[in-house]
Amino acid sequence: MSEIKTFVPTPDSPPPLTSTGVLRWLRDNLFSSWFNSLLTLLALALLVRVVPPLVSWALVHAVWTGGPGVCDDASGACWAFIAAKARVMLIGTYPPELAWRPLAAGALLAGVVAATVSGRCKKRVLTGLWPVFFAAALWLVGGGAGLETVDQSRWGGLMLSLGLAAVGILVSVPLGILLALGRRSGMGGVSAVCIGFIELVRGVPLITILFMASVMMPLFLPPNFQINNLLRVQVGIILFSSAYIAEVVRGGLQAIPKGQIDAAKALGLSPWMVTVFVVLPQAVRHVLPALIGRCIALFKDTSLVIIVGLLDFLGMAKAASQDQLWLGHEVEGYVFCAAVYWVICFGMSRYGRSLEKRGPQTNR
Amino acid sequence: MQAFRLKEQLVPILTQTLVVGAILYVALLLFQNTQANLEARNIASGFGFLSVESGMPINDSLLAYAPADTYGRAFLVGIVNTLFVSALSIVLATALGVLVGVARVSANWLVARLAAVYVELFRNIPLLLTLFFCYSTLLAFLPAPRQSLSPLAGVFINNRGVFAPRPHWLDGMGWVVLALGLAAIGAVLLARRSKRLRDETGRGLPAGWISLGLIAGLPTLAYFLAGRPIDFDVPTLHGFNFKGGMVLRPEFTALLTGLVLYTAAFIGENVRSGIQSVDKGQLDAAKALGLRPGSIMRKVILPQTLRVCIPATTNDYTSLVKNSSLAVAIGYPDMVSIGGTIIGQNDQAIEVIGLWMAVYLTINLVLSLGMNWCNAKVRLVER
Amino acid sequence: MDMSQVVIDVKGLNKWYGEFHVLKNIDLEVHKGERIVICGPSGSGKSTLIRCMNRLERHQEGTITVDGTELTNNLKGIEKIRREVGMVFQNFNLFPHMTVLENLTLAPVWVRRMPRREAEATAMRYLERVRIAEQAGKYPGQLSGGQQQRVAIARALCMSPNILLFDEPTSALDPEMIKEVLDVMVSLAEEDMTMVCVTHEMGFARTVADRIIFMDHGEIVEQNSPEEFFSNPQYDRTKLFLSQILHH
Ligand SMILES: Nc1ncnc2c1ncn2[C@@H]1O[C@H](COP(=O)(O)OP(=O)(O)O)[C@@H](O)[C@H]1O
Ligand SMILES: [Mg+2]
Repeated sequence: MSEIKTFVPTPDSPPPLTSTGVLRWLRDNLFSSWFNSLLTLLALALLVRVVPPLVSWALVHAVWTGGPGVCDDASGACWAFIAAKARVMLIGTYPPELAWRPLAAGALLAGVVAATVSGRCKKRVLTGLWPVFFAAALWLVGGGAGLETVDQSRWGGLMLSLGLAAVGILVSVPLGILLALGRRSGMGGVSAVCIGFIELVRGVPLITILFMASVMMPLFLPPNFQINNLLRVQVGIILFSSAYIAEVVRGGLQAIPKGQIDAAKALGLSPWMVTVFVVLPQAVRHVLPALIGRCIALFKDTSLVIIVGLLDFLGMAKAASQDQLWLGHEVEGYVFCAAVYWVICFGMSRYGRSLEKRGPQTNR
Repeated sequence: MQAFRLKEQLVPILTQTLVVGAILYVALLLFQNTQANLEARNIASGFGFLSVESGMPINDSLLAYAPADTYGRAFLVGIVNTLFVSALSIVLATALGVLVGVARVSANWLVARLAAVYVELFRNIPLLLTLFFCYSTLLAFLPAPRQSLSPLAGVFINNRGVFAPRPHWLDGMGWVVLALGLAAIGAVLLARRSKRLRDETGRGLPAGWISLGLIAGLPTLAYFLAGRPIDFDVPTLHGFNFKGGMVLRPEFTALLTGLVLYTAAFIGENVRSGIQSVDKGQLDAAKALGLRPGSIMRKVILPQTLRVCIPATTNDYTSLVKNSSLAVAIGYPDMVSIGGTIIGQNDQAIEVIGLWMAVYLTINLVLSLGMNWCNAKVRLVER
Repeated sequence: MDMSQVVIDVKGLNKWYGEFHVLKNIDLEVHKGERIVICGPSGSGKSTLIRCMNRLERHQEGTITVDGTELTNNLKGIEKIRREVGMVFQNFNLFPHMTVLENLTLAPVWVRRMPRREAEATAMRYLERVRIAEQAGKYPGQLSGGQQQRVAIARALCMSPNILLFDEPTSALDPEMIKEVLDVMVSLAEEDMTMVCVTHEMGFARTVADRIIFMDHGEIVEQNSPEEFFSNPQYDRTKLFLSQILHH
């Protein structure tokens, strides 16, 4: 029997220079084949055609400050128009001297969002924080109890968009959960009603629902009990959104393993306790990213209220561009609007994705 | 035990009775209110208005239409416009979406980044805003009719639309149509023959190229042999606008562009997740068998991609159809736009909204059935 | 049997994943008709090595010559090699949207340009060989793991390869299915197929292999005939590995 040798691994050597470095990266990622090189060149050509003119319009030749008319001979963007119209775009025709109130509500919102996104706050604290914030924001904006009341007809701009979306989410999530539970309740009558509602709403455009809320609802209600257009539109948004949320929640309910329900039943929990304590929390946690997706969609959808005569953020941007003193700056208004919408929606979708990554289990 | 059983059976029955009863009661209340309200406001009810002369002009119609036609006809024009813009958008958005999805997973870093920027940009901005933007930039950058761009003889582009000659069929066009039909039949036969040849000898024919030649060549040949039987009605400038020819209005173009750009971003994401859902081992196995990249894509990757793509894309298609109703905001006469005008004229909101809902539900039902059929075709058989 | 002809010739092979040196100075000759078993701890680079042999992975240094063709970026060469070299994977990698028969005929029809009837006849022959002909019309999802792996072997055989590469073909299988796959592999070995198998089935290695190669940390620690390898390992690392794998 021969001597046993000791195996000593050869030390790693660095990869050959040709396989690392910037040049290698360029080769692998941009010029790996003639077809890829062609694509790269086309993409670069596109960028060269688009980016410099864009930068020159938006930054280099832009006019940043000044009153009406400063932009008359400018070849770039007229951000002075945005500066002049920022107030109406943000808070609509809200009394200027009371503007601090919606601004304070906005600051509160920023704080609560920061607390939620940071992930440092306990879930229980957050569940308490949000309703408190809603009450405070409503009081600040609407007035009453010591503050001068501001009529709803003067709510507008981004504030209105956020408000419609926030109240829409707040109400349609529980409603959607109820609908989803009803749909899966196994009680023929109830689930038929829920299915009918969900599928009807999901089958038609939001506009038709908004028209219904705005034009048809007054016909449904008794003459001595009429509600204003804003509230009617809000109801329409809630009904619309709850049908979609019901479908999202249903997906979560279906994903709960049957073993969970069996285990809970075996512990002697009654059916509704099983639902409330075992099934729902898991289901909602499971579909949290999808729910956030619905929130984004809802926020984007609020822009449709312009069609039934409410002036939300987009509506105000459109209205502002019709000001005789500032004609011809629609594009700037829309770009500003798009930037704000984009930041909010992209932020939400990033948050949803981070929840997905963190996984449903760790998100307590 | 007995009591428990009884309770278990009784509770659902009671709940159901309560829920259904409450809903019926509310419905009855609403009905009575509505009756009273309609009477008080002197609004007619029923669908009789559909056969009344509308008197409304519609500037963009695929069907022959004049203000002397009925409301029913006007509504029909709206339905056809909705269907047309939706169908065209679906086709274009799918093409662009597949392109974007493939670009998202491209080995080319720059292309993948650009595709990602596109997707994130359009997904996070409301469609309505995109539409407004398209519409106002279109109007802002296109010249007035007198300064029309004319890239081709007879084609004029200005802020009233894209005007092009309208072809008129003359005698002898029948031959061209016949030739087209023959070429189509030829192409089908050729495809069959090619498949049979491949099954028997292993080598098919370049059927695609030959068919393309047939379908393009035969009708062209017939066109010249029959003495060029097409006459063109060329648009001409009259005062401040063009008359005659065919026209693509900026409202339509903006709606189409907005819908396509917006929906393609979503379809692109479906395609991306579909491609990424295909196990990497599939690619290894296909390569190890010696398949070429093209065959791998067509025979192995794409069929498996569809399985993931189709359900999500079905949703995007139905959303697109519903979103086409935003036409009303930029003045393209789709069904909602025309219906809105009708409501403005005769206050019969209930009937019009009911019609809207019925039409959208039908379109979406048909679309979903079609897509479900496709989905069943690509579903995997599991144990 | 002409054992002198070298069909796979690996010389001075080095490969990196980014900065990570995954294969170091590999030299390996595989002769025609030879059965080689590669073993070694997980992460030692076994899969990477055999995936280099049909260029599923690119290498940075050294040469790999298969059947007289050197593996470079030349696409024609790669296509030729892949036609001659069959591969069987740990996770079967059958195409789930095709029936068993379609899985088997795909490459013969589209790569070898074989008439479909002929391809189907060949496919049925190989399905009989792996004793699974009655499943021809089913989809992979309807088969057990062992059946799927046998289909995968038949799929590789349908291209009439000169060389077969196996990457842990039994590792994803339940114990009672391992034997049915090993039986097929043994019968292939009896027909003088050139085989390179990454496997931890030491019984198979003992009875079938002409040579066993032991790898660790991306290099070949030692290679030997089965008798020598099992009874007289040269290195402490090999001994440790054998003791871990055999006393289980
Ligand atoms: N695509 C890859 N990118 C980066 N590292 C990889 C990749 N594939 C494998 N590796 C690493 O290379 C080493 C060898 O992998 P592998 O050849 O699969 O080992 P084995 O098959 O022997 O278990 C492992 O450490 C693994 O983590
Ligand atoms: Mg391995």
